Amino acid sequence: MSAAPGQTVGPFFHLGLPYEKGNELVPPGRAGAIRFHGRVLDGSGVPVPDAMIEIWQADPDGKILQQPGSLRRDGWTFTGFGRAATDADGHYWFSTLTPGPTEPGKPAFFAIAVFARGLLDRLFTRAYLPAPTDLDALLESVAEDRRGTLITAADDSGVVFDIHLQGPHETVFLSFPRHRGIWA
Amino acid sequence: MTTTQADIDREISDGQADGPHEIQPRLDYPPYRSSILRHPTKALHPIDPEGVELWSPCFGHSDVAEAEADLTIQHAGEPQGSRIVVAGRVLDGDGRPVPHQLVEIWQANAAGRYAHLRDQHPAPLDPNFTGQGRVLTDADGYYRFQTIQPGPYPWRNHLNAWRPAHIHFSLFGTDFTQRLITQMYFPGDPLFALDPIFQSVTDPKAREMLIARYDHDLTSPEYSLGYRWDIVLTGSHRTPLDTEEPS
Repeated sequence: MSAAPGQTVGPFFHLGLPYEKGNELVPPGRAGAIRFHGRVLDGSGVPVPDAMIEIWQADPDGKILQQPGSLRRDGWTFTGFGRAATDADGHYWFSTLTPGPTEPGKPAFFAIAVFARGLLDRLFTRAYLPAPTDLDALLESVAEDRRGTLITAADDSGVVFDIHLQGPHETVFLSFPRHRGIWA
Repeated sequence: MTTTQADIDREISDGQADGPHEIQPRLDYPPYRSSILRHPTKALHPIDPEGVELWSPCFGHSDVAEAEADLTIQHAGEPQGSRIVVAGRVLDGDGRPVPHQLVEIWQANAAGRYAHLRDQHPAPLDPNFTGQGRVLTDADGYYRFQTIQPGPYPWRNHLNAWRPAHIHFSLFGTDFTQRLITQMYFPGDPLFALDPIFQSVTDPKAREMLIARYDHDLTSPEYSLGYRWDIVLTGSHRTPLDTEEPS
C-alpha cells in the first residue's frame, strides 16, 4: 500500500502539538540530567522560530523503552520521547539523560524528527554523542566533510546539536528503505 | 511585484509537467514560498534503521483522557458551526492496523480562525472552541473525533491566497520511521487546484489519499455529519523475527 503524503505542520502547530514538559524527559537539574539543545537554521543561516523537534532515545543503559507517560510527565518515569518547539531565536532544548548504545560497540544516538512551517514533510536525522569512538553504518557511509553534522558537541550543560535545513552546513537527513518502497 | 494566484497557478502547472509525479510532497516546491530556504538541497541519505528507530514511543491512557477526542466539549458553551465526526483507521504500509497509538489533531474554527496568536485575520474567534484533540487508536487501529467543520482561511503566500479547509493530523506507527504529520481535506473543495501545499504532492492519486469521504453511516440523525478518513503510514521495518519486546 502506498503511504499517505505528508504535509507541512504550518504556522499554527503550537495549538496542537507542543505540551507542558514535552521537552523535559527528566526534570532539569536532576542528577544525571543533561541539556540537549541547539538551533534550527534556514539556508541563509537565519534561525527558524517555527520549527519543532522530536527526540526518541534509549535510556543510559541502552534500553529501548516502551513506557507510557510522555504526554503527562510524572517527574519520575523516563519514557525516552520528547518534543520541543523552537523559540524566537530558533533555539530548542531538552532536559534528558545520556542515551546508551543499544548494542555493544555501536555509537549511541538520539533519533530526531524535524518539522517546520515551510518544510513540506518531516525530516529524520540522528544526533550522536560527542567524539564517537566506534562508527556505525551511517557514520561510515557519510562523507567525512558532512559527518560532523550528525555529531553533537559537548558544552557545560550537556550537548549541542544545530540543525541546518539548507546551506553549506546542511545536516545529513535520512531516508529509510520503506520510504522508498524497499523491503530491506 | 505582487505574486498573484495566476502566477502560482502557472508554477503549479509547471511543477506538474516537470519530472515524475511523486507520492510524497516535493520538499523543494517554490510555489509554497516559505519552503524556498527551508528544504534540504542534498539528497536524503539512504540508511537502514537501527536501535530506537525500529520502535515507537508508547502512549497510554495515562497520556490521553477520553474527553480529548471531543473538541466540542472543551468549554462551557457549544462551539459555533457544523458538528462533524471524523473517524477512520490507521494502517501501516502492509495494511495492518496500528493499535493503541497516538493521533493528534489541530484545526481552525468554523470561521477559519485558529486560536493562535499568530492568526490575526479578521474572522471571529470562538470562545467555545480551541481546535485541539487527541485520541489513542483502539485494538483494531480505529480512531474517532467529534469536532466542528473548519473553515477555509486566507494566508500570505501570494495575493488572495486561501487554504482549503483542513484538519492537521499527527500520527505514529510501530516504528519511529513511520512518523507522519499531514493534513486531511474535505471532498470537493474548490480551492484544491489553487493551493500550493496540497499541490506539492504532484501525483493526483496520492493527493486523493488526503481527502476524507462523506460517510452517511458516521452521520448522526439531527446531530452531526460524518467523514471517514483512513490513514496509511509507511511500512514498518521490524521483521516478524524481531522480538515483541525491545532489548
